Amino acid sequence: MTENNELIRSSAAALAGKLAAREVSAVEVTQAHLDRIAAVDGKVHAFLHVNTDEALAVAAEVDAIRAAGGAAAEELHALAGVPIAVKDLIVTIGQPTTAGSKILEGWHSPYDATVIKRLRAAKMPILGKTNLDEFAMGSSTEHSAFGPTHNPWDLDRIPGGSGGGSAAAVAAFEAPLALGTDTGGSIRQPGAVTGTVGVKPTYGGVSRYGAIAMASSLDQIGPVSRTVLDSALLHQVIGGHDPHDSTSLPDPLEDLVAAASTGNVRGMKIGIIKELHGEGYQAGVENRFNESLELLKGAGAEIVEVSCPNFKYALGAYYLIMPSEASSNLAKFDGVRYGLRVLPEDGPMTIERVMGATRAAGFGDEVKRRIILGTYALSAGYYDAYYGSAQKVRTLIQRDFDAAFAKADVLISPTAPTTAFKLGEKLNDPLAMYLNDVATIPANMAGVPGLSLPGGLADEDGLPVGVQLLAPARQDARLYRVGAVLESLLEAQWGGPLLDKAPSLTDAAVSSHGGSH
Amino acid sequence: MTDATLSFEEAMEKYDPVLGFEVHVELNTKTKMFSSAPNVFGDEPNTNVNEVDLGMPGVLPVVNRTAIESSIKIGLALNCKIAETCRFARKNYFYPDTPKNFQTSQYDEPIAYDGYLDVELSDGTIFRVEIERAHMEEDAGKLTHMGGATGRIQGADYSLVDYNRSGVPLVEIVTKPIEGAGSRAPELAKAYVAAVREIVKNLGVSDAKMERGNVRCDANVSLRPHGRERFGIRSETKNVNSLRAVEHAVRYEIQRHAAVLDSGEPIVQETRHWHEDTRTTTSGRPKSDADDYRYFPEPDLVPIVASREWVEELRATLPEPPAARRKRLQADWGYSDLEFRDVVNAGVMDEIEETIAAGATATVARKWWMGEIVGRAKNADVDPGQLGVAPATIVELNRMVEDGKINNKMATEVLDGVLAGEGTPAEIVAKRGLAVVSDDGPLLEAIDAALAAQPGVADKIRAGKLQAVGAIVGGVMKATRGQADAGRVKELILQRLGVEG
Repeated sequence: MTENNELIRSSAAALAGKLAAREVSAVEVTQAHLDRIAAVDGKVHAFLHVNTDEALAVAAEVDAIRAAGGAAAEELHALAGVPIAVKDLIVTIGQPTTAGSKILEGWHSPYDATVIKRLRAAKMPILGKTNLDEFAMGSSTEHSAFGPTHNPWDLDRIPGGSGGGSAAAVAAFEAPLALGTDTGGSIRQPGAVTGTVGVKPTYGGVSRYGAIAMASSLDQIGPVSRTVLDSALLHQVIGGHDPHDSTSLPDPLEDLVAAASTGNVRGMKIGIIKELHGEGYQAGVENRFNESLELLKGAGAEIVEVSCPNFKYALGAYYLIMPSEASSNLAKFDGVRYGLRVLPEDGPMTIERVMGATRAAGFGDEVKRRIILGTYALSAGYYDAYYGSAQKVRTLIQRDFDAAFAKADVLISPTAPTTAFKLGEKLNDPLAMYLNDVATIPANMAGVPGLSLPGGLADEDGLPVGVQLLAPARQDARLYRVGAVLESLLEAQWGGPLLDKAPSLTDAAVSSHGGSH
Repeated sequence: MTDATLSFEEAMEKYDPVLGFEVHVELNTKTKMFSSAPNVFGDEPNTNVNEVDLGMPGVLPVVNRTAIESSIKIGLALNCKIAETCRFARKNYFYPDTPKNFQTSQYDEPIAYDGYLDVELSDGTIFRVEIERAHMEEDAGKLTHMGGATGRIQGADYSLVDYNRSGVPLVEIVTKPIEGAGSRAPELAKAYVAAVREIVKNLGVSDAKMERGNVRCDANVSLRPHGRERFGIRSETKNVNSLRAVEHAVRYEIQRHAAVLDSGEPIVQETRHWHEDTRTTTSGRPKSDADDYRYFPEPDLVPIVASREWVEELRATLPEPPAARRKRLQADWGYSDLEFRDVVNAGVMDEIEETIAAGATATVARKWWMGEIVGRAKNADVDPGQLGVAPATIVELNRMVEDGKINNKMATEVLDGVLAGEGTPAEIVAKRGLAVVSDDGPLLEAIDAALAAQPGVADKIRAGKLQAVGAIVGGVMKATRGQADAGRVKELILQRLGVEG
């Protein structure tokens, strides 16, 4: 199966090239990934649904268009025939959408999310829907109602969250690309702990229409991939204005692929955020982070230090704003119109009691925790102290970013304070779990874009470390420029992609408990 | 259980009423407030909906620009200030008529605020009502509770939900507390709602049909002893949906509050339901200022920015204000002040205008509406415009009279036939055999018979006492069961007797 192995390990850009040159067919590429899913997803559990028939049909259509030639073949999108996985928070016609929750089990959306329409327009076969923490609430994918996803680097460890399924699918070579959503780090933190690339675009850069909302003012759909260029290619497909999303920016999309191909950072100022490294960060994470700084300096970038003193309030403010919005966004799941309906076991059969029984049975503990928190924070008499104060903190964080970006073109930090922890390790300690997002949350609070790319393996556990780049709003191109340069410098040092070092999931010698690294 | 009431006069002797109104106006935009589904009344349930109106997972709202323009126009017509920027908020509550389990509504940032409306009472007095705000929101779906005795959700076997109305754009106009109306409070209530309805209709932003719920009024009433500044506890009577009902509901609540206060009991702050059949209210749910809807700014919508240029552009498109229009219509129609005020108070100004536009003269239009239709509407206990008389019907009836096909007495009979749903005036005339007899043959026979029956009268006429002809005409009309043209009968009698008319 060397040929299959070659296809599944190819980047999306490489696959696009092979497809355009008709070296391989889209059906072959798609089938190779479906075979890989069949071979390894029993261990990884990245997918909640595999969309075999539709994916192959779309691939066959691309092949037919290419074979016929002419204008239609010329007009095919560069990524036509390159398959993709979609986080199961994004609604799709023809496949179930669960949001990782029992309350939506079996529900099929009657409409496509805008990003799905764009994938379909580009004729990218959709391989299936990936696992996530229920309603994207979590940092480990352990809060999925359908069981956790396992980190391909060590199956006993978390793949990050909430988008652990998308990150693990890409890391396990089940898909070259995936869509994620990022409310407080749900694309970037899984990217960090699985050795993949993930991008949270500028708020409003990608339409949210059809992404089941957790916190409307923080949510953003973004690309998940194995290379920086691949994320730029996918970002270019899904980005741009959408009249169905009022918060979508009217700006024309920048040429992100060109930015990822610039190839130099000479003269760029890169700011280390004083508050986002050092104490509380694992030594191996800190070491890899410092190496990245050295590489960028060596490539001609100027490293400066910036201070964002209000970032220390970001986590607290986030845990007021996010649950407040979530408590309202999740009110619609009541058993009246769609999804699960549970009748009360005894007592009168009133609408309130049916709603109550449905929500009690349909939501998991973490979702309930956040709904209760948010309901409380918005209550009369508490609103000003909680929601109101949190919004003020948000303004302060934005000002910190403004000041920092006056000194630096791009900011840099570790993506997450630690490498992947063991499944179950923090499940009963919500506060410890929440700390995973301490470095990613500020970007969501300010609406600025962020990218995480692999920074190497930590010395103490041999697990991937993520490096995060942050840019001013609407300057997503800078992330791709710096990210691509850093990626090539690191890969030169490693002698190839970091994921080459990941264990082979089909090798019988590797136990399901993972190896020691 | 019937609540005790005091007579209105006694209530007024003891207490001073304070009013407040929340009038909801449904805008007649093509599409809904936040979705592209059609905004159409009365279709098959749950057909004018899309995924946004049904609150499907993942959907987002987008504000309807025309609805914003209509709201700004309403604000300007109510002499309000227009906010330079304003936001929507979420009003969170669980109820199946609201598919998202929150209503998207403006809360602390209304698009229009601090206005007033000068309301003209029946005697020409102008009463200024201060407008606190006019804000935008979306309508809820319509619930029909089946199987219960009361038609309410409590005790129902099941409920039907129609989301066609869900997301229909509404503007809610809220007054400041209205003090000083005294015993004219019920009349002011009716006149205020009529004035608001007239404004939105005149602006063309709403169909303004109260019977369809395009304009809905919640009336707040409280009483306080004369001379006290502090307001009493209020009740809010919901969905009072005709002008007459507004007047009646305010009057009833004043009488009910007075009886409660007289008994030494406190007024319960609550919503009340209006019952048109008994003209009473019953207790709804308790309402307190502590109702917690957990309002917060709608994060899915960006703030609405109303630039001053845009507002001025919209101001320039405003039609003639109703007061100026009334002045113009009175001059055009040549009605006296009293005649015109009667027309306005009877609520038939628009109908008369439409009737004139359909081809009647101002005098004819007034004769029919004021002389015939207003009285019938009163008997039927509906607003005259809702009785079902089309302007074209009046024009047709009048033409038949002028052409001598029927007389005035028959015309009123035909009108009753039209209202009874028997068909068009022409059809009713044919069906009932009401045509005026114009063939002289049968008339002459009847005249001869009448003259023979009253020879003394015939002699008086011959002798020149022409006024005596009436008695013979009466006899002929009786014999022809009123189907003769009285004018022609008189002519023929005089001819027959060889007398110059």
